[in-house]
Amino acid sequence: MGILEVKDVNKRFGGLQALGDVNLSVKENTVHAIIGPNGAGKSTLLNCLVGKLMPDTGSVMFAGQSVLGRKPYEINQMGISRVFQTPEIFGDLTVMENMMIPLLAKRDGSFRMHAYESVEDEKDLRGEAETMLTEVKLLDKQDMLGSSMSRGDKRRLEMAMCLIQRPKLLLLDEPTAGMARADTNNTIDLLKEIKEKRDITMCIIEHDMHVVFSLADRITVLAQGTPLVEDTPENIKGHPKVKEAYLGEAA
Amino acid sequence: MLGLRKKDAGLLLLVTVLTVMAPVLLNPFPVDSAMAQFNAGYPDLMQRFVIFGIFAIGFNILFGLTGYLSFGHAAFLGVGSYATIWMMKLLTLNILPGIFMAIVFAALFAVMVGYISLRRSGIYFSILTLAFAQMSYALAYSVLTPITGGETGLQIKPTDTPLLANLEPGEIGRASLFGLEMSQSSIIRMGGWEFTLNVGYYVCAMAMILAFYMAIRIFRSPFGMMLRAVKSNQNRMYYTGLNARPYTLAAFVISGMYAGLAGGLMVAMDTQVGPERMFWTASGEVVLMTILGGAGTLIGPVLGAGMIKYMENIVSKINDQILHTWFAFLPDGLEDAVVAMIYPFVGKGWHLTLGLMFMAVVIFLPGGLLEGGDRIRNAFRRKRTGKEDTAKQRTPAE
Ligand SMILES: Nc1ncnc2c1ncn2[C@@H]1O[C@H](COP(=O)(O)OP(=O)(O)O)[C@@H](O)[C@H]1O
Ligand SMILES: [Mg+2]
Repeated sequence: MGILEVKDVNKRFGGLQALGDVNLSVKENTVHAIIGPNGAGKSTLLNCLVGKLMPDTGSVMFAGQSVLGRKPYEINQMGISRVFQTPEIFGDLTVMENMMIPLLAKRDGSFRMHAYESVEDEKDLRGEAETMLTEVKLLDKQDMLGSSMSRGDKRRLEMAMCLIQRPKLLLLDEPTAGMARADTNNTIDLLKEIKEKRDITMCIIEHDMHVVFSLADRITVLAQGTPLVEDTPENIKGHPKVKEAYLGEAA
Repeated sequence: MLGLRKKDAGLLLLVTVLTVMAPVLLNPFPVDSAMAQFNAGYPDLMQRFVIFGIFAIGFNILFGLTGYLSFGHAAFLGVGSYATIWMMKLLTLNILPGIFMAIVFAALFAVMVGYISLRRSGIYFSILTLAFAQMSYALAYSVLTPITGGETGLQIKPTDTPLLANLEPGEIGRASLFGLEMSQSSIIRMGGWEFTLNVGYYVCAMAMILAFYMAIRIFRSPFGMMLRAVKSNQNRMYYTGLNARPYTLAAFVISGMYAGLAGGLMVAMDTQVGPERMFWTASGEVVLMTILGGAGTLIGPVLGAGMIKYMENIVSKINDQILHTWFAFLPDGLEDAVVAMIYPFVGKGWHLTLGLMFMAVVIFLPGGLLEGGDRIRNAFRRKRTGKEDTAKQRTPAE
């Protein structure tokens, strides 16, 4: 049994079958990549996992519990964090505050009205945030407003905001889209480091094959809303069906 | 100090000193001088400064932090006022129980209005709050007459005999705090100057300092940060494990309680209330105060409240006769021309000045008057050091 079990999920948008009989099993502490051409339904699938969309049929189980029908914040509290295709951060808040919010959400739950318990309490939280910011190389920008950062920095910040919650499952929707090569490589290194250092499962949607093949333990190929194959990166590379459906143009 | 950072403690100290010294600071002109009409240091007006300051501080906790623009906050002001006057009519002339009930009733009403209105955001939220407030006004005006006194409102009458007060038959009860009457004043004369120290004003001032202190604590707490997060990106909030709804409702209720406190104090200072206190223009006024001073800043709303109340009470009193005496030194024709030019902006025309000022602020200083102050300060600093100011990275809420 994987930590995430998706069974027979279907989702229609009007006449469009965005997802058709999707089955997916993600093993704990692995990196599972989902690839597929544009419009394959990758983001839709992700949205079904985090409570943004409700599948028409099927089930989604996380760590033995169903996530369907739960609100996004409840699903996050279960241990799933998500990085968006376009970075979603708190633009009017400083980088440090952006880090404090997920930290407080993790510690205090979905709603709490309070002041810091003590000066030390605030210091401890800050210290934790600083450690994470060092990891993503944003420490020197901690007083900057989120909205005034570059796109690459925003992505790294969003990733740090997710990671600081120590999620059991991290979902990443095209984390390197629109990034320069150097930034992409930094992101790969960061994710590799995280994966080695912590017990974390990642589910990553990616266009960039370089990223996929350097990170993934397993790959699912999605085409027109249906999984074509699921296998190891080595086998996927040589798979004729995949070449035809997806890598065709590139190969 | 008091759980505040140094800078905030300084700000609180400044506000405290200014409010305590207000009777002196606001009366800079000798009584017989021509400028005496610009003196704002009389109890009535000073009370209004701080009461509306409280109202605006509370409104800013909702609007400044979460970005939810309520257009119906005067309803809570009114509810607070009605609660207080009933306490004074029935129970005691001591203002504390009345003010306490004002806050309680405003909170209860805010829970209801907020719970429903916060199902929507943006303009729909504003319209819902406006609808609630207008409904309250209309009800107070008509159907609820037995409770609200309808059009004429409520005031303390000779027939009112509060349970805990021993009044002579026919004596009209006066608001007090443990025997100290709100209307008591001592007048200090120094040379040509005259300063009025009024009990009621100092009661209100104390309430405002306390309200301001609470606001600082809220702004700096994780709770306040969450409220700013609501304004910034609700989507991110939900995917970070936070439920934005209870945060906005809490902010709404807190700001409703501030309004209730202000309404209660109004009655404590002047023991009467009418439904017009809940009229939509009253709700609009607090919006103007907050934006004019600087939404989302700590001191801005107080500044805005003071500004508007000053204009309403001082600028509005400048009539054409006064203008003529000012410009009497000019040749007759020129005098008339100058007076004719200025006249539309003063006296009854003060709304025009306010309107123009408001437009100028919104267009040129979206951060309110406080941003204007910051810019001037930065310009000086730049001149002195000869370098671009780098503080732009972050706009701290002052
Ligand atoms: N909210 C929506 N309403 C209607 N159609 C949608 C919606 N979201 C996605 N789709 C459609 O579903 C298909 C899959 O989209 P998506 O999951 O975003 O693809 P991918 O992320 O793989 O590029 C696309 O054809 C898209 O237009
Ligand atoms: Mg997508």
